[in-house]
Amino acid sequence: MTTTIDKLWRTICGSADLVKDSGISALLANEAGNEEQIAIFHLPNSEEKIYAVGNYDPIGKANVLYRGIVGSIDDEPVVASPLYKQHFSLKTGQCLQEEHRIAVYPIRIENEQVQVFY
Amino acid sequence: MSTDKQLLKKFKVVVVGNGMVGHHFVEEMAQNTDYDITVLSAESRLAYDRVHLSEYFGGKTAEDLAMTTPEHYEELGVNFKTNAKVTAIDKVAKFVSTQSGETYHYDKLVLATGSYPFVPPIPGKDQDHCLVYRTIDDLEDIAASAKVSKVGVVIGGGLLGLEAANAIKQLGLKTHVVEFAPQLMGVQIDGGGGRLLRQKIEDLGVQVHTSKATSVIEKGNTSRYKLCFSDDTELETDLILFSAGIRPYDNLAREFDLAMGERGGIVVNNQCQTSDANIYAIGECALWNNFIFGLVAPGYAMAKVAAKHISGEEGEFTGADMSTKLKLMGVEVGSIGDAHGKTEGSLTYTYENQPEGVYKKIVVSADKKALLGAVLIGDTSEYDTLLQYMLNAIELPESPEGLILPMAADKPTLGVDALPDTATICSCHNVTKGDIIAAIDCGAVDVGQVKSGTKAGSGCGGCAALVKSVADNEFEKRGVEVKKDICEHFAYSRRELFDIISVEKIKTFDELLSAHGRGLGCEICKPVAASVLASVWNDYILKKPHLSLQDTNDTYLGNMQKDGTYSVVPRIAGGEITPDKLIVLGEVAKKYNLYTKITGGARVDLFGARVEQLPPIWKELVDAGFETGHAYGKSLRTVKSCVGSTWCRYGVQDSMTMAIDLEHRYKGLRAPHKIKFGVSGCTRECAEAQGKDIGIIATENGWNLFVGGNGGMKPRHGDLFATDLDDDTLVKYVDRILMFYVQTGDRLQRTSVWMDNLEGGLAYLQDVIMKDSLGINDVLEAQMEAIVGTYQCEWKTTIEDPEALKRFQPFVNSDKGDSNIQFVTEREQIRPARGAEKIAVTLIDTMENEIETADAVAEEA
Ligand SMILES: Cc1cc2nc3c(=O)[nH]c(=O)nc-3n(C[C@H](O)[C@H](O)[C@H](O)COP(=O)(O)OP(=O)(O)OC[C@H]3O[C@@H](n4cnc5c(N)ncnc54)[C@H](O)[C@@H]3O)c2cc1C
Ligand code: SF4
Repeated sequence: MTTTIDKLWRTICGSADLVKDSGISALLANEAGNEEQIAIFHLPNSEEKIYAVGNYDPIGKANVLYRGIVGSIDDEPVVASPLYKQHFSLKTGQCLQEEHRIAVYPIRIENEQVQVFY
Repeated sequence: MSTDKQLLKKFKVVVVGNGMVGHHFVEEMAQNTDYDITVLSAESRLAYDRVHLSEYFGGKTAEDLAMTTPEHYEELGVNFKTNAKVTAIDKVAKFVSTQSGETYHYDKLVLATGSYPFVPPIPGKDQDHCLVYRTIDDLEDIAASAKVSKVGVVIGGGLLGLEAANAIKQLGLKTHVVEFAPQLMGVQIDGGGGRLLRQKIEDLGVQVHTSKATSVIEKGNTSRYKLCFSDDTELETDLILFSAGIRPYDNLAREFDLAMGERGGIVVNNQCQTSDANIYAIGECALWNNFIFGLVAPGYAMAKVAAKHISGEEGEFTGADMSTKLKLMGVEVGSIGDAHGKTEGSLTYTYENQPEGVYKKIVVSADKKALLGAVLIGDTSEYDTLLQYMLNAIELPESPEGLILPMAADKPTLGVDALPDTATICSCHNVTKGDIIAAIDCGAVDVGQVKSGTKAGSGCGGCAALVKSVADNEFEKRGVEVKKDICEHFAYSRRELFDIISVEKIKTFDELLSAHGRGLGCEICKPVAASVLASVWNDYILKKPHLSLQDTNDTYLGNMQKDGTYSVVPRIAGGEITPDKLIVLGEVAKKYNLYTKITGGARVDLFGARVEQLPPIWKELVDAGFETGHAYGKSLRTVKSCVGSTWCRYGVQDSMTMAIDLEHRYKGLRAPHKIKFGVSGCTRECAEAQGKDIGIIATENGWNLFVGGNGGMKPRHGDLFATDLDDDTLVKYVDRILMFYVQTGDRLQRTSVWMDNLEGGLAYLQDVIMKDSLGINDVLEAQMEAIVGTYQCEWKTTIEDPEALKRFQPFVNSDKGDSNIQFVTEREQIRPARGAEKIAVTLIDTMENEIETADAVAEEA
């Protein structure tokens, strides 16, 4: 039995909570009681400036991606898993070294509020 | 079972003597299991490294020098007996008997009896404190005698005599060398070289007396003895060490009728057979082509040939090169081929620079096309090139003198391309240019790997520079750019970034990236920049601009474990801890339910802390007087130590205080890789200091310093760097070495690889640190002083900063904890749950849990 809930832009935190060139994690909870962990990265020098992806590292099998170092590989913004160092694209969620893909979430900053669409 | 029968049927090979060469023979022969090998050794121990015998005084023990062990021989299936001197051979019935009357049948007999020191027949030579220098037992006698002596004389100024003189000087005796001939090292070098060598050795405080024949040893007036010379002069001394040449142990050949040379030595043919085809002789007892080879490499070659011949394979001994390069009391000496210019029609070129103490001579053929020999004193940098010219008969350039003239503008350099593949590059391990190329074919990608794969350069180390240029040349030829860029964002090595950051006074990664890099950086260049910024400016590493550069371990000041939790490792300097502090650790571990383990680094690791638990845990620890142990950083980890002279019966220095002082001095220092120290209170080496980056071993007179040891995947013993240092000098040297390493090491390079990759290796590093050859020691010391002076405990700073504490909240928008972190119990402690053991839970509220446990503890208390 699944309840479908309409997705909408929901506020996660204030933009002051972001850490430049680094990540924080957040818990997405909806009315249906589902919970998901995401990693939010703030890269002011990159095109999109802010990204949200799943926090679960499918290779290391732990919720740690927000603690990875961010940067770029061939101009693609990436996070490196802090466990085994594979890179995941922050735009597509694709792992650059292995056949894995993590979820990506639409994210924006509105009136100094960080909002995710879920 | 028929093993016994099989053994009986096996072909029996008996080896007499278990010196270096006899042992090498056993290793070669044992590869073939068809033979039943028996080793009979006159010494009380199995083979050891005689070449490095003198290091026994530098802190090496008999075990360190051992080349094999009883267990190893048992594994090889080799029978052996020590204290078993062979006294008779029955060539017809084919058996040998030992002093104690045991007999051993052989099918093939191998004599590897080596040689013994020659003691000239001087009246008085057989008294106490008149010693020789050949075996470990001899060295033990010398050390014992030195304890009750003030003055020592070495009789004999050859290569070994000078090595012996160095040893007794290190033992603290006033040292003299007495030589019968008019010069030192007469075999290897010419008169001009000898003069200079003498001057240099005298500058070091060893008195040299040449053209002196000792006629009698009498009771002394001021010392134990006096030497009376034939010219009616005298010399007072307490200890006498004979080093007047060696004589082959050929008594068995003489008594049992094998062909001998006129002046001794057992005559052998190209297969190393003696005049009895079933008996072989190898090593220093063998006389080939009327010549005895007093070096180990030719002995090894003979051992190989004999083993091959016995097993029916082809092989021939065709002589060996006797060139040598060595450092005697810090003086570089090289001798190649015909050093004395004895070849008919040969011509010589000589260069002498008295003020700087350099002497060089080359001997060339009459047509000036071939190099025949050379003598180098004070500077042997051309040794490798010259040796290659001679060994490979490479045609000399137009003006051969350019090879040894210092400032010749167009100094002919021997391109390594000119060397044939058969050219020996490392003679200690017999590694040819072809072997190096083969190593690269097999995947070696840098000089370090070439060295570890081929062993080249790991003997005397004299060939290090040549190995590097041969390898680099090969890499270049293959289009392998010897690339040092750390990643796609910076076209620089760590070392270059270090220079850029310090010279341009760059303080943040952003500045560095915009001035010298591209893209956004990555997990490679960011931590490197962080480490260099920390070394140059020693800023608190979690200051805002540096925060995003750190590996998670540095950001959360703990080691991340597989489930995303961290370990908590407070510093326990030298492994010394009060009971009260130990109780605090136990209480904290219990309160937060952490898995607790004592580590190999002599401290206590607490595992399983969630990010949000780290600050409260550390607050309690810091309040109790602990500080961070930097277990997460590429920095100083631990200084392992024994209790030393304070408690141990054997200790000669206070290793504990030294260890604690060193640990506090260098804690927090950021480096290319982790750094470990060890300090032992005496040569028994209980702290295993030689397996550490910096190893310190107490001696009667101070400390011996070892550099470049490590455990891990490729364990390595450190190299002896300096001996008998006092406390201040020790710290000064370590300051300089570490700072030099921090500046020039590449990313993730341990000290061993770093040192191997320095052109010139250990000797070069010694020059930089002890002789200030780069003139940078003042700067290095000042930099270290600045870092030591600005140390702060990163945990203390973090828990006092509310802004920093935000980072430890698991979610920006919730107080819940990560439900994926789950533990089960094993041996009464937690461990991470494995996949199948995990239960799908809704998120537990850890904050609440924590308060509960805290209350429970408070209640109990
Ligand atoms: C201080 C020192 C420094 C040296 N430095 C160098 C160097 O830098 N480079 C280099 O190439 N060489 C060096 N040498 C020389 C090198 O050590 C020798 O060439 C080498 O050890 C010879 O090996 P071997 O097995 O022939 O003889 P040894 O090592 O002498 O071994 C012979 C063994 O046979 C035993 N033996 C003798 N007679 C009997 C018997 N009847 N029954 C049973 N056992 C017997 C002896 O006790 C001895 O243990 C050095 C030597 C010394 C002493
Ligand atoms: S090294 Fe071993 S024997 Fe020597 S002082 Fe330390 S504990 Fe004692």
